Amino acid sequence: MQRIGVFICWCGSNIAATVDVEKVAEVIKSEPGVVFSANYQYMCSENGQQLIKQAIKEHNLTGVVVGACSPRMHEATFRKAAEEAGLNPYMVEIANIREHCSWIHKDMEDATEKAVVLVRTAIAKVKLNAPLTAGESPVVKRALVIGGGIAGIQAALDIAEAGFEVDIVEKNATIGGRMAQIDKTFPTLDCSACILTPKMVDCAQHEKIDILSYSEIEEVKGFVGNFSVKIRRKARYVDETKCTGCKICMEKCPSKKGLNEFNMGLNTRPAIYIPFAQAIPNVAVIDPSQCIKMKTGKCGICQKFCGVGAIDYEQKDSFIERQYGAIVVATGFKPINLDAFNEYGYNDNKDVITSLELERLMNAAGPTNGVLLRPSDGEHPKVITFIQCVGSRDTSGCGKPYCSKICCMYTAKHAMLIREKYPDTEVHVFYIDVRTPGKNYDEFYRRAVEQYGVDYIKGMVGKVYNENGKLMVQGSNLIDNEQITIESDLVVLAAAIEPEPSVRKIATLLTTSIDTNNFLTESHAKLRPVESPTAGVYLAGVCQGPKDIPETVSQASACAAKVIGLLVKDKLKTNPCVASPDEMMCNGCSQCANVCAYGAITYVDKEFRLGGGKTEIRRVASVNPAVCQGCGACTVTCPSGAMDLKGFSSKQIMSEVEAICKK
Amino acid sequence: MKDVELKMLERAKALLENGEVARVIGWKKGEFFFDPSPATFESVEELENGFVYNWFCGANLSKYLIAASKKEGKTAVFLKPCDTYSFNQLVKEHRIKRENIYVIAVECLGKLNIEGIKAKGLSMIESVEVDGKDVIVTTAYGKETLSKPEVVLTKCATCTKTHQVKDEEIILHEVPVRDVDRFAEVAKLEAMTADERFAFWREQLSKCIRCNACRNVCPACSCVKCVFDNPASGISAKANDDEFEEQLFHIIRAFHVAGRCTDCGECSRVCPQNIPLHLLNRKFIKDIDSLYGEYQAGETSEGKTPLTSYTEGDAEPKDVFSGEAK
Amino acid sequence: MQEVSTEKKEFKPNIVAFCCNWCSYAGADLAGSSRLTYPENVKIIRVPCSCRVNPTFVLKAFQQGADGVILCGCHPGDCHYVTGNYYTRRRMALLYSFLNYMGIEKERTRVEWVSAAEGARFSAVMNDFVKTVAALGENKRLTDLRVKEGE
Repeated sequence: MQRIGVFICWCGSNIAATVDVEKVAEVIKSEPGVVFSANYQYMCSENGQQLIKQAIKEHNLTGVVVGACSPRMHEATFRKAAEEAGLNPYMVEIANIREHCSWIHKDMEDATEKAVVLVRTAIAKVKLNAPLTAGESPVVKRALVIGGGIAGIQAALDIAEAGFEVDIVEKNATIGGRMAQIDKTFPTLDCSACILTPKMVDCAQHEKIDILSYSEIEEVKGFVGNFSVKIRRKARYVDETKCTGCKICMEKCPSKKGLNEFNMGLNTRPAIYIPFAQAIPNVAVIDPSQCIKMKTGKCGICQKFCGVGAIDYEQKDSFIERQYGAIVVATGFKPINLDAFNEYGYNDNKDVITSLELERLMNAAGPTNGVLLRPSDGEHPKVITFIQCVGSRDTSGCGKPYCSKICCMYTAKHAMLIREKYPDTEVHVFYIDVRTPGKNYDEFYRRAVEQYGVDYIKGMVGKVYNENGKLMVQGSNLIDNEQITIESDLVVLAAAIEPEPSVRKIATLLTTSIDTNNFLTESHAKLRPVESPTAGVYLAGVCQGPKDIPETVSQASACAAKVIGLLVKDKLKTNPCVASPDEMMCNGCSQCANVCAYGAITYVDKEFRLGGGKTEIRRVASVNPAVCQGCGACTVTCPSGAMDLKGFSSKQIMSEVEAICKK
Repeated sequence: MKDVELKMLERAKALLENGEVARVIGWKKGEFFFDPSPATFESVEELENGFVYNWFCGANLSKYLIAASKKEGKTAVFLKPCDTYSFNQLVKEHRIKRENIYVIAVECLGKLNIEGIKAKGLSMIESVEVDGKDVIVTTAYGKETLSKPEVVLTKCATCTKTHQVKDEEIILHEVPVRDVDRFAEVAKLEAMTADERFAFWREQLSKCIRCNACRNVCPACSCVKCVFDNPASGISAKANDDEFEEQLFHIIRAFHVAGRCTDCGECSRVCPQNIPLHLLNRKFIKDIDSLYGEYQAGETSEGKTPLTSYTEGDAEPKDVFSGEAK
Repeated sequence: MQEVSTEKKEFKPNIVAFCCNWCSYAGADLAGSSRLTYPENVKIIRVPCSCRVNPTFVLKAFQQGADGVILCGCHPGDCHYVTGNYYTRRRMALLYSFLNYMGIEKERTRVEWVSAAEGARFSAVMNDFVKTVAALGENKRLTDLRVKEGE
């Protein structure tokens, strides 16, 4: 038999001024199942809570309804009070008679009548409440960072500094990412490598950080606090534990025609190589597509010269499986492919380059040792034209609809650096808009225009073509309303950036959401910007949206804070209001899993008794309560009604509907 | 038709004899030639005694495969074009184990509705033959020629379906390609006023005797336990003292099969009260097609259904009422 | 309310509003704390997400005598549960169109997206909905669906 206690709050005059609280308490007394009904000035006060606790004990209440302010305000308070009195906290329901009643109605009679209905509705629901217990799940105190660029490095360092083990899984042979390729950083113009490489070294030396370079995520199982991840360690044909990074192999390798990826293919490298001088780990890797030994079986020169016997042509991919409590995705970006942009002649003219290629041409460790020479003939370019928004803000379908965000600033940087180093160079910039919000950013751009005399032209470029060895850039000048053609020696395209394509596979493995542009979706655009919708998975850097280095680092540190906050816990309390299937009714049709944004639903084959000694194996849904967030999407998808939501069960909601509609 | 039947029988026998399958699901003779019913054959004798495939084999056999595919050994089944959609849908929903079924696609030129023939005032029917668009009915009183389009099953009248799945096929005659609008009747209803539509459906649904024939025959209504029998749903008849289920059964049923209904038309075929139940399902199909892009349930055995997917730019509910969509 | 004609007997429609916990319920709270009125015949049921609302709940409400049912959720794209309201949108678009097809006045059903910051909008939406439903009068159709005329 249900024994419900009802507690009507005056909230001073907030409720009592328009709702006859005494009358409500009185009327409710005669509701079936109600054994106690009281009203009090401030239910949430110490005394008010005491009143509830006392009634629970004295009247042996099985359920409590508090008619008060919004449950968003004090549901937790009253649940706690109930728990302290020995009642399951989920046996408490709130009737919102303040925000949804007394504050919006003026007529006392009407408001009182409505308050009675609202309290009755809460009673109808609480009668069907079931005691719920928050589950617990253990936390593995180790984090995984996917991607070893600046975002991954920063997140890993912060997490490691807090005392937790971190693995960085990087698909390339070295960590460092895009930032390692950049020459100078805006708006301070300090050298990118000078600020990045010490952090790379910190990672390598940190006793809590394990760098798994040249590795990829193969499989992810489990959930927040308890992920199990299978990692593929790609064969690098060099024993990582033996290689000293002496580079003798690079010198001796007879196959030197592989395009140097680090230099954006602007020069070549040997078949066995270390990507760049400050690579971490400083270990060689063999490119099997270039290696003569691996292609023909004859050569083996590097093996002969390697003093420590690190070369192993027979090496195979290997797999390791590790457990993690939290995962940070920091997979970064790449410039888009420009094949669809014939008008800029990128594929036809060596001297039409991307901004990232320009970074390498300007870098002291780049293919030209930092001297700006154009790729076609190694001459100094005298007229350089920059084209912004190449593939960004492009709704034609060739490019990306979004703003890549960093291009305005790096173009200003490039223009400024060129004018600084080669004052005899003429620099033009075609732009749609110049977008430079950020600390010291607009000042930076203005310096490019005002101090360095960079010629900014508002307008789009229609065509770049080669005429007698000169690059003709034909565009419009919207300010002067004229068509112009600039004879240039070098054209630099600010190509849009897009998420590193491998992120799509990772999103699938992590069952986290990804948008149409391949950016990972955050849990809440404003209030949970670094959490993915999958609990325990966090997002740092451009994989979540275009951003520059300072923003990336902030986001990485924010991720680290979230990860640390998770890993310091020994156990996680799980929300008990989760979906749960009635296996006897489940068809195993997979419709529920199709709408679950969290990947909380899996299927198992279970044996059921059919009677008469017979059994049947059926596929049935299984909800992982640690992963389920309790939205209820699955419950409506389920045709048989096998899937229900604890705390918001179909019967509970139906009973509320009935209570409201009853005339 | 006889040649098709013979070929089917021959194949069914061979499959059972050489042990490739443990059973064959097809149609067996009823009391009359015009009331064959779905049946499982486990031996050559059973086949010889009862197997039939004629103009009255309208029943969809796919639903029987849920149980059959759980049994030991393979099951062979004869599927008409429309049945294969239900088959795929059930495979998609993990209800049929595809690897346990051997699908023999059989020719169908539209099935006849005996009630429709009788409604032409014919009785003591001895045989029915079809010659192109003519249906020749021999009765104790002589021969009558009827127009085939007037006496086919409702579901056949607008059928343009083709086999979506087959392990082998028995197709001996050319099946004409047709171009018909299966939504014409829905559109006609949509064009009525709300009062007229309400009157129409009230008239129709008032005939319902809640025999559950539609639910029992429907391949999409294949739940282990129906929601109307689930006391936790809050809508089962047993859980309520009101007449909720009585009144809203057909709406909820149509919603539950929305995006999954292949429009096989079995609901209308079996309804003893002749309620045009397919017009409920077709409304959902029509709306889905026009709002979310054309979708035919059962065309494939993989992927999500329209109600378990979305796009960011989907139409708002307020913009999609019939006649005012887009 | 005032808008309702006082000539005939004042009819107060009974309205059930399903509100998602994260946006619309909070929007209703904000309407309250901003003292933005709407008729007392609107009663709110809190659900975690609009996607928790089963069509059977809507039908049940009508069948039990509700005159209007409104469903409120986060704006598409802002769902607390990422994608929940996208499913709501499809389900309810189809259900409402279907009810209309059966001759149930379409104005009795509505889906509105109301964010936690839109207290004023919540109040305006409710006022408008009550006005619309009041003009239609009492809902009889779903309860009468299987009663032949004249019986």
